[in-house]
Amino acid sequence: MTGEQLAWKIRRHGVEMTHLSGGSHLASILSVADIMGKLYADVLRVDPKNPKDENRDRFILSKGHAGASVYAALAESGFFPVEELKTHYQNASRLSGHVSHHVPGVDLSTGSLGHGLPVATGMAYAGLKNHKDYKVYVVLGDGECDEGSVWEAAMFAAHNDLKNLTAIVDHNMMQSMDFCEKTVALGNFEKKWEAFGWNVVSINGNDHAELDMAFNKQFDNEKPKVIIANTKKGYGIPFMEFDILWHYRFPHDGWEYDLAVNELHKIKPAGVEDPYTPNGIENPAPVPPGADIYNDHTTSATWHPNWKN
Amino acid sequence: MRDTVIKTLIEEAKANKDIELITGDLGFGVLKPFYEQLPNQFTNAGIAEQSMTGIAAGMALSGKTVFTYSIGNFPTLRCVEQIRNDCAYMKANVKIICVGGGFVYGSLGMSHQATDDIAIIRALPGVTVVCPGDPTEAAEAVTGIINTPGTVYLRLGRGGEKKIHEKIENFQIGKALKIREPKAEAGKKVAIFSTGAILEEATTAAQMLEEAGIGVEQYSFHTVKPIDRDVIAACAAKYDYIVTVEEHNILGGFASAVSEVITDLGEKVKLIKIGIPDEYCTAVGNQNYLRGLYGMQAAQIAARVKEEVK
Ligand SMILES: Cc1ncc(C[n+]2csc(CCOP(=O)(O)OP(=O)(O)O)c2C)c(N)n1
Ligand SMILES: [Mg+2]
Repeated sequence: MTGEQLAWKIRRHGVEMTHLSGGSHLASILSVADIMGKLYADVLRVDPKNPKDENRDRFILSKGHAGASVYAALAESGFFPVEELKTHYQNASRLSGHVSHHVPGVDLSTGSLGHGLPVATGMAYAGLKNHKDYKVYVVLGDGECDEGSVWEAAMFAAHNDLKNLTAIVDHNMMQSMDFCEKTVALGNFEKKWEAFGWNVVSINGNDHAELDMAFNKQFDNEKPKVIIANTKKGYGIPFMEFDILWHYRFPHDGWEYDLAVNELHKIKPAGVEDPYTPNGIENPAPVPPGADIYNDHTTSATWHPNWKN
Repeated sequence: MRDTVIKTLIEEAKANKDIELITGDLGFGVLKPFYEQLPNQFTNAGIAEQSMTGIAAGMALSGKTVFTYSIGNFPTLRCVEQIRNDCAYMKANVKIICVGGGFVYGSLGMSHQATDDIAIIRALPGVTVVCPGDPTEAAEAVTGIINTPGTVYLRLGRGGEKKIHEKIENFQIGKALKIREPKAEAGKKVAIFSTGAILEEATTAAQMLEEAGIGVEQYSFHTVKPIDRDVIAACAAKYDYIVTVEEHNILGGFASAVSEVITDLGEKVKLIKIGIPDEYCTAVGNQNYLRGLYGMQAAQIAARVKEEVK
């Protein structure tokens, strides 16, 4: 499968898994799907038959709430049966909402933001000390970069020349209640990473050609690399894009699910099969008048402090 | 419970402009009525709990009463040293609200299970620990903790808990609430104490035991610290068995707090500790499912007590 095909499958599984389980964070799964597709199709040297191989590349999804994306990527890569994805969130499942290391192929359980980069840094540091040539990849959220622990590890990784470490920030512009710029502004994000001593590549993170360029880009120094992947939260399903509601809401039976599936079918690359609804949904439920669609659900829409005046 | 707390907090904050609410980027929908009605008393600190708690301490040391808000372990374990050094030691008026104590977010995974928080926060000198059992207790607790000087931890369930009390006369932080008296004619009698939203299971279990002829004196300990020594002392003197029920590690939390008092008193009473054994829960499932795995559902609690006292 190509990265683009795998990314589409991740999106389709993400819709199905949250639909079945009532799970959250679909918009976060959609924005990161291309990054995950690229990683598992082309970048990571991992082997489903030997998931604990000591020379494997390490991968951490630090924004662990997008767990469905890593589960889907692992299942599609042969680490466990695709059928099992349907158990996401269910009683007695292995697939907890946030990433669990009890699932084959997962190196670290996550869910509390700000933990992934320090642990990835430790794996990269030990790799160099042990003269291993594995690489370590970690995906962070942009809101997650509010956490001080991210920057503490960033400083350490640059100081110790961890050239085997790549961080990818899913810069989907939003966090939990609003746009990042309206929550705690990230400021000049590229310059911040540069100032912390990292090699920075800034790309469109929903574009596979740009992802390819970014992962392959070499720098002639020993510093770690960060890919600022500019994405859209909710990418691929227009009515979810940049609508913070879809950080929480799952596609309910009826128009929400039908429209989500059919929007994905509009962007389905050649050569991928939809395992759930092969031809999309034939008679989709119409969006009823008054439906909560294309509304602004951010905090700043109705929060108007004036204490500065 | 969550919505009742915010509703009460809005009333209190309208009457006192020095009350502030600061969130660690959580509370979508839930905090909306607060920030719409009291825009100048609301802040989002971003996903940065250490900073949020330090900022709360700084504001509190400058005249405010500051509520921090987050879920699971984020407002507590993630920033425990800020709570210890900057809040508790400084006697800062910081009131920490956690939504999702216990297995509320069970299916989300281990990161979201707040099952050691009572033990850890209880170990900090000067921090009051409040875990209301139902929405009525939760509403009373908000007013109660505003009037409690210093740092307070308020551990909530989620939304939709059943009301156990219609109303409460004379709610006091540190004083357990009696839910039932044993029937005089009952053969065997026990005391059941619970803390937090597991009150609903404990109450149903007590009813089941009563139907089976075992008398129960039941209390809701909405405050774990300071613990109500008087109620423990009275029950330890009267009964052979005290049952503690908590959605938390049985090590270090409510059961430990009760047993500390019992050993101080030198009473001979057997403590039956219902809660999570000292391990990380690796199972995935909803709150009710995970309670079931650890024998914390009402019927399981009743069966365990019957077995012990027979
Ligand atoms: C330490 C911590 N605080 C708060 C949360 C709750 N939380 C889950 S997702 C989220 C927003 C994440 O935003 P971002 O990192 O930008 O990821 P996105 O969903 O946009 O991909 C928050 C605050 C958490 N999981 N961990
Ligand atoms: Mg984001």
